[in-house]
Amino acid sequence: MSFVERTLSNLVNGMERALYAEDLAKADGLLQRLDPRIKVIGLLSLLIVSATAHRLWVIGVVFAVAVSMAVMSRVSLAVLAKRVWVAILLFTGVIALPAPFIVPGREVMRLPLLDWGVTAQGLASACYLVARVETAATLSVLLILCTPWNHVLKALRVLKVPVVLVVTLGMTYRYILLLLQTAHDMFESRRSRMVGKLEGAERRRVAAASAGVLMSKSLQLSGEVYRAMLSRGFRGEVYVLDEFQTSTIDWIMLAVFVMLVSGGFYFGR
Amino acid sequence: MCYADRRIVMHIPDGYLSPTTCAALYAASAPFWYVALRRLKRLLTTRLIPLLSVFAAFSFLVMMFNLPLPGGTTGHAVGVGIAAIVLGPWASILALSIALLIQALFFGDGGVTTLGANCFNMAIVGSLVAYLVYRLLAGRAAITAPRRVVAAALAGYTAINASAFCAALELGIQPLLFRDPSGAPLYAPYPLSIALPAMMIGHLSFAGLAELVLSGGVVAYFQRANPSFLKLTAPGVTRDDEELLQVPGRGAWSTMKPLWTALALLLALTPLGILGGGAAWGEWAARDFSDAAARGRIAAASRNLAPPAKAPQGLERLYSLWTAPFPQYAPAFVRRPALGYVLSAMFGSGFIILGFLIVSAMFARPRPTAEAGNKFSVFSEPPEPQHREHRGSQ
Repeated sequence: MSFVERTLSNLVNGMERALYAEDLAKADGLLQRLDPRIKVIGLLSLLIVSATAHRLWVIGVVFAVAVSMAVMSRVSLAVLAKRVWVAILLFTGVIALPAPFIVPGREVMRLPLLDWGVTAQGLASACYLVARVETAATLSVLLILCTPWNHVLKALRVLKVPVVLVVTLGMTYRYILLLLQTAHDMFESRRSRMVGKLEGAERRRVAAASAGVLMSKSLQLSGEVYRAMLSRGFRGEVYVLDEFQTSTIDWIMLAVFVMLVSGGFYFGR
Repeated sequence: MCYADRRIVMHIPDGYLSPTTCAALYAASAPFWYVALRRLKRLLTTRLIPLLSVFAAFSFLVMMFNLPLPGGTTGHAVGVGIAAIVLGPWASILALSIALLIQALFFGDGGVTTLGANCFNMAIVGSLVAYLVYRLLAGRAAITAPRRVVAAALAGYTAINASAFCAALELGIQPLLFRDPSGAPLYAPYPLSIALPAMMIGHLSFAGLAELVLSGGVVAYFQRANPSFLKLTAPGVTRDDEELLQVPGRGAWSTMKPLWTALALLLALTPLGILGGGAAWGEWAARDFSDAAARGRIAAASRNLAPPAKAPQGLERLYSLWTAPFPQYAPAFVRRPALGYVLSAMFGSGFIILGFLIVSAMFARPRPTAEAGNKFSVFSEPPEPQHREHRGSQ
C-alpha cells in the first residue's frame, strides 16, 4: 500500500471515528440521558481515581463500573473490545511485557526454557500499567461516545475553562471535519492521477507538498472564516448558551458518582 | 475509532504518569499558555479564534499524514517544526495544545490526565526548540535559500527529539518516585537507564526522520509556492519575494564573493602581460610602421607578411584623437612597470564599478522598508478592517 493510500485510510478512519461517536451520542442510554455537566465531572473524577489508586482491585472495580455503564449506555462491548481493549493490549501490553523480568524484586518463578526470573514486583507493575491504561481509556471513550461534542464543550465551561478556549475548541472540531474532507479529496485526486511507482525522493516531495497545500488552504480558510465572523457582527466577545436542566436521574447519578469516587479515593490510598 | 493508537508514540496515555507528575506538568505548562495567549491577543485581537482553530485543525490532520522515509518505510510527524516556523513559537504552542486537547477529548488519542505533559513535551518544548534551532541555523539567509530548508529539517528533527527526551525523563522518574508498599512501580515501570535509550533510539533514528522530512519538505514547498508564509520567522530578511527569487539561494555577500575574488585575482595578475615578449597583434601605433624594429615584430606576428610602408591613413588620423590617461599602462611618476599595471587595472575597474553603481541607482526601484518587510504575513492576511476598534475587547 502506497503512502497515499495509507494516508487516505487514516483520514477515512478519522472521519469514521467522528461520525460513529456522533451517532452513538444520539442513542437512548444511561449516560446519553445524563446532564453533560454531571457526566463530564463524574467520568473525569473516576478517571482520576483510576490514576491515583495504589491498589489493583480498586482499579479493577472502576473498570467494572465503566463496563457496566457502557452496557447501560448501549455501547457495544465488541466495539470496545476490538478498538480499545485489544488495541491497548497490543501497545501498552507490549511495553509492559518486559517489566516482570526487568523490575527487581522477589523472584516468584523462572521461565522454563529461557531461565529468566519473574519478580512479583515486576508482575504487579505490569498489571498496574495495563489496568490503569485500560480503565482510563474506557472512561474517556465512554465520555466521547455518549456525549455530543457541543455538550462536552458546554460542560467545560462549568469546569471554568476560559470561554475563548471553549469556542476555539468547538471551531477546531468543525474544521477538523472540513479539513479531513479536503485532505481526503486531495489524496483521492492524487491517487487517481498516479500511474506506476514514484521514487523515494519524489514520494517525500509529494507528501510534503500536500502538507504545504493543506496549510495554505487552512490559512485561506482562516481568513474567510474571520471575514464571515466580522460580517455577522463578531466583536471579540463570545457567548455560550447554557440551557442544561437537571432531572431526578441526574441527581441520583451524581450521588452514585460521589460515592464511587470517595470510595475509590479512600480504598485506593 | 482507535483509541490507543500505536502510530502516535509520543502521546503519553493516561496511566503512565503519576497524578503528581501530571499536576506538575500542567503547572509548568500554564505560564507558557498564559504568555502565548497574551502575546497573540495583542497581535491578533479578533482574528485569534479563527486562526488558532484552523491551525489546530491543520496540526491535528498533519499527524495523520503518512510520510515516506528514506529506506522505504513510512512514519508520522507531529508537525511541530513547521508550525513553529510558519506561525512563530507562541501561536504554535497554542495551536498544538488545542490539537492535543481535541485529540484527547474527542478522539481518545493521548490521555486527559497526561494532557499537560503531552502539551509540555510537544507543544511547548517542541515549538520553542524548533524555533530556536531554525532561527540559529537559518540566520539571515534569504527566504528562498536552501539553507532555510536544511535549517527547517534540522529544527523539526531536534524539536521532536527534545520532546522525546522530556517524555523519556518523565517516564523514567516514575519508578524512582512512585512505588507501592511491596516496591512495585505504580506507573511507567522502567527507570531512566531503560526509558531514555528506548525513547531516544526510536526518535533519533526513525520518528525524527518523519519530522525532518515534513519540516524541510514543507519549507521547500513554501519557498516555491508562497515564500511570504516564511516571513514571520525571518525578520532580518527585508527584500520582496520577486527580488529574492532573482537571487536564489544566498545572501548578497555570499553570492558576490566569487566575483569579487576573481576581480581581485585579475587585478593582481595584470603585470603578467609584461613578462611575454613581442607585441599584441593589431595593437600597433602609427609610428610603429616607420620603425624598423617594430616593423620586424609586426611581420613576425603576421606570418612574415610585410606591413605596409606607411601607416594607414585612418590610423594616422584617429591616433591623436584620444590619449590615454596612463599611456603604456603606467603613470609617468611610477617607475616600476608591474606596479603601474596594477594601478591602471585598479583605476579601470574602479571606473567601471562606479559607472555601474550610478546606472543602478538611477534605475533602481524603491526598496521596501524594514517595517514593511518584517510585517507578519501569516497573521496580517487578510487585512483587518476593524483591527484597532476591537483591540482589547476580548
